[in-house]
Order: sequence, then structure tokens, then C-alpha cells
Amino acid sequence: MSDTVKKHGLIEVIGAAVLNGISYIGGMALLLSDTVKTTIETFKRPSSRRAIVMQMHRVGVRSVGIVCLVQIFIGVILTLQLAPPLKPWGQVDKIANIIGVAGFRMLGPILTAVVISGFAGASIAAEIGTMVVAEEIEALRASALNPVRFLVVPRILATFVMMIFLTIIADWMIALGGYLTSLLVLAPKVSIGYWGRMQEQLRMRDVVSGLILAGVFGIIISLIACHEGLKVRGGAEGVGRATTMTVVYSIVGIVVMACIFTMIFYVFNF
Amino acid sequence: MSQKDTSDRFNQDQTVIRVVNLVKSFGGRRVLDGVNLEVRRGETMVIMGGSGCGKSTLLRHMIGSLFPDEGYVELFGQNLNELDDKSLDSLRLRFGILFQSGALYNSMTVGENVALPLREHTNLDEDTIQIMVKIKLEQVGLRYAENLMPSEISGGMKKRAGLARAIALDPEILFYDEPSAGLDPVTSAEIDQLIMDLSRKLGVTSVVVTHEMDSAFRIADRMAMLDAGKMLKIGPRSEFEALRDGPETGDEQLDLIRQFIRGDSDGPITRRRSSAGFMEDVLGVAED
Repeated sequence: MSDTVKKHGLIEVIGAAVLNGISYIGGMALLLSDTVKTTIETFKRPSSRRAIVMQMHRVGVRSVGIVCLVQIFIGVILTLQLAPPLKPWGQVDKIANIIGVAGFRMLGPILTAVVISGFAGASIAAEIGTMVVAEEIEALRASALNPVRFLVVPRILATFVMMIFLTIIADWMIALGGYLTSLLVLAPKVSIGYWGRMQEQLRMRDVVSGLILAGVFGIIISLIACHEGLKVRGGAEGVGRATTMTVVYSIVGIVVMACIFTMIFYVFNF
Repeated sequence: MSQKDTSDRFNQDQTVIRVVNLVKSFGGRRVLDGVNLEVRRGETMVIMGGSGCGKSTLLRHMIGSLFPDEGYVELFGQNLNELDDKSLDSLRLRFGILFQSGALYNSMTVGENVALPLREHTNLDEDTIQIMVKIKLEQVGLRYAENLMPSEISGGMKKRAGLARAIALDPEILFYDEPSAGLDPVTSAEIDQLIMDLSRKLGVTSVVVTHEMDSAFRIADRMAMLDAGKMLKIGPRSEFEALRDGPETGDEQLDLIRQFIRGDSDGPITRRRSSAGFMEDVLGVAED
């Protein structure tokens, strides 16, 4: 990088970065449009439907445990950090209300997405990247089998669906973490009426907005993973790079999308 | 056109692949520099050349996975540049490719690899597909490996399995990318025998890219020599055999081919490599 700066000056470097960014986003947009176009065709084929189920198992079912573990701890941490500042105001029982909104609107989807980007995103990128290196993608194309239909669509659909399901589980795990901490660490009386207060506070739009985010994150993670995988060049090193970049770009993408959607929800008072 | 092709597939005079004035550059380097080639129905054409001479790039243009900067490739009379994705895909069903590594799908068993094109491109029922898979695997002598995963078999077996997959849809043309690279002599000879069997018994047109000369002379009907992106010579095997067994000709190009097919350590290829720019290089360093 420092070499580039010396040779080309700041403006060129910024320009190159902007161009790279645009071409990256453009590449992803093309892949997304290919995916949308081939989705219906994918559903018509029994073998592709089987592939979707397999991917759902790989992305979703296998990561339930780790998602639960992470989210229960988040519930515990939130509760323990909220309790001291709420105490002087006699509002410790409001923990249920706060955890409800924070968990269902944002923490549930965003932390599940971070876990999935490492768990599923990286492995998708490595898998597809290895297939590129082993000429498997070229073999698919040469046998008139569209790699997008064959590999990308099942992975994106599976990640999209499973992100939503995992987020539903994750939301309840955060709430459960909060409940158990209230009951066992704070005081049993804090936990009395915990679920009632959470239900009172939560509105449908809190839950729905969180699940919309979860779906968007699912698409972003799998799209980045497939894109990184498909553009692998140069053997094992390329695969390693794709894996790392998938996690990095996914987390950036997740946060940017979270921000954009929060702004949209805010403007439309959703 | 396609109807006619199928009816007289043993017509030797018919050109099925026509490469016309193909030019391709990667990052400013001309990898293919005006290549012309015609392959006739039923023959085995061997394209030879050293590493990096552009022969794999040429092959990738013929199968429609790369497109040229200039010139065109015609398969069965259809210009690949002018085809949309759909027509290109239907053309792809008429040829098979054996990739250098075999390119088996690692998540599937050998049998499933062979079954995949049948499942995706035909309406055959599952029982028929299973029978077809056994037939194709038997043709390459690999029926016993049907239920093994690609990671469990050797390099030579991978190539044979890749070949079984390539012939699954009874293609009219088979492309081979370095079929005997990295194999022991016996396995390599077996693969050559398979190529000849498929070509002579089934009348398949074969295009083989290789730098293994033993194998090239065993299987070729005609041969083509590619060097630095240019086609130096195309001719029947006998011409290349005469060149190999005869004395130096004095002609730079012919001697270059002669050195390549004989595998001599001294000749135009090595002289070109060692002399170019050496003094400038040394003096350049001294000036710095």
C-alpha cells in the first residue's frame, strides 16, 4: 500500500479505492440479479430443492447451539449492566422492557448475523473458492450447468431463511438470559412479571423489523461469501483471502445495512 | 445443421471445429496471436506446446469458457461469439471435457458425478440413470469405485472418472486438457488407450492438449504445434514423426518443433531462452 502511495499520490489511491468499491458492489449486484433470475428455475428442480434443504441444515441447524450460547450471554451481560444505573430510580424491573426492545429489534439479528458470517459465510467462501481452484466451477459451466443456480441460489436462500429462524431463537435466548439473571443474580422479585412486562412493551413492529433485518443480513452474508468464493484466483492463498474477506466485508455490510434500515424505520416511524 | 451433423458423424472431411485468427491478450501480453486451426469429424487432433505457450487458453476458447479479443471459434458451424447463453449451453451438451485435475465435484461420489449431467439434462428415470452410470464407469474401468468419494481415489482414477462424466451424454467432441500430466507411465498409457478407444469405436472427435510426447504420438491422427501464441505447424502425425526421426533441417521453426518433440536440451528453444537480453541485464545491473 505504501508503495502505491509513493508512486501514485493520494488522489489516485482514493480514486482507485472508490473504483474498486464500486466495481465490488457492481459485481455483487450482478450476482444478486442472476440469483433472482434463476430462483424460480431452481425451485422447479428436485435436485436443487434437495440442495437448498442440505444448505439450510449446514447454515442453520448446525449453528443453533453456538447462536443460543452467544445470545444467552448477551442477555446476562445486558441485565447485569442495566441493573446498577436503574437501581437508584427504582426501575430495575424495567430491564424486561429494555431487553425486549433491544434484543428483538437489533441485538438478536445483528449478533446472530455476526456469528453466521463466521460460521457459515467463511465456510461457503472457502468451499466455493476451493471448487474454483479445482476447476469444478469451470466443469459445471462446461456441462451447461449454471453455477449460480447450482451453488449460489441454494446457499443464499438457505442463509436467508435460516437467519430468520435463528433470529427468532436468538431473540428468545436474549430474553431468557435476562430472565435467568434477574431470577438468580438480582432478586427473585425482579423476575416476577418479567415476561408480562416484556410482552407489554414489545409491539409487532419491534419483532417484524428485527426479522426483516435478519433476512437482509442473511442475503448480505451469503452474497458476499459466494461472490468472494467465485472470484478466487491463485490456489490456497486465494481461498484463505476469500475466507477472511468474507467475514470482514460481511461485518461491515451488516453494520451498514443495520444503519440504513434503522434510518428507514425511524423515518417511517416503524 | 445439427440434424445433418448427427446423421453423417463419420464423415472425415467435415470440419467440426474451426478456429479463425484467434487473438487473446491477458494484461497486455498476447497469449494467442492469430491462431488458426481446423479439426475434422472423427479425428484426434493433438495440440502440443511448452508451458505457457497458450495451448490451455486455446482450449478454453474452444469450449466457450473464454472469448477472444479478435477472431472466432466455430463449433458445428456455429460462431461461439454470436451465441447467447442458452444456445451456448445447448451446444455444450454436444461436447465433453476432461479437465487436467479431473475436476470431479468433491461433495459427490464418483457415481453421482457421472449421474449429474444425466439427471440435469435428460428426462431419464432414476433406474435408467443408474444403469447408464454403471455402463459409463465400466467403459473407463472404474465400476468398482462408484460409491467412493473423489478424495478417496488416486489421480489416475480421478481422470478416468472425469472421463466417464465427460462421456455421460454421448458427446460428439471430447476435449482433453493434459490427460497424462502427473500420471505414471502405465496409467498414462491406459488413459491414452481409452482416448483411442473412444475415438475409434465411437467415432468421437478428440482434441487433446498435451506436452507429453509419447502420449501425443500414440493417439494423434494430426498434430499441431503452438509456440508463443502462434501456430507453427499443423499436419498429419507422419510428418511430425519424420521430423522427429530425421536430421536437423536448418529451418528455425522446424528445428524448434524438432527439439520440442525430441525433448533435446539443445536447440532453438533453449538458445532463445538463454541468449535473450542477458548482456543488457548484466550491464543494467552494473549501471545501477
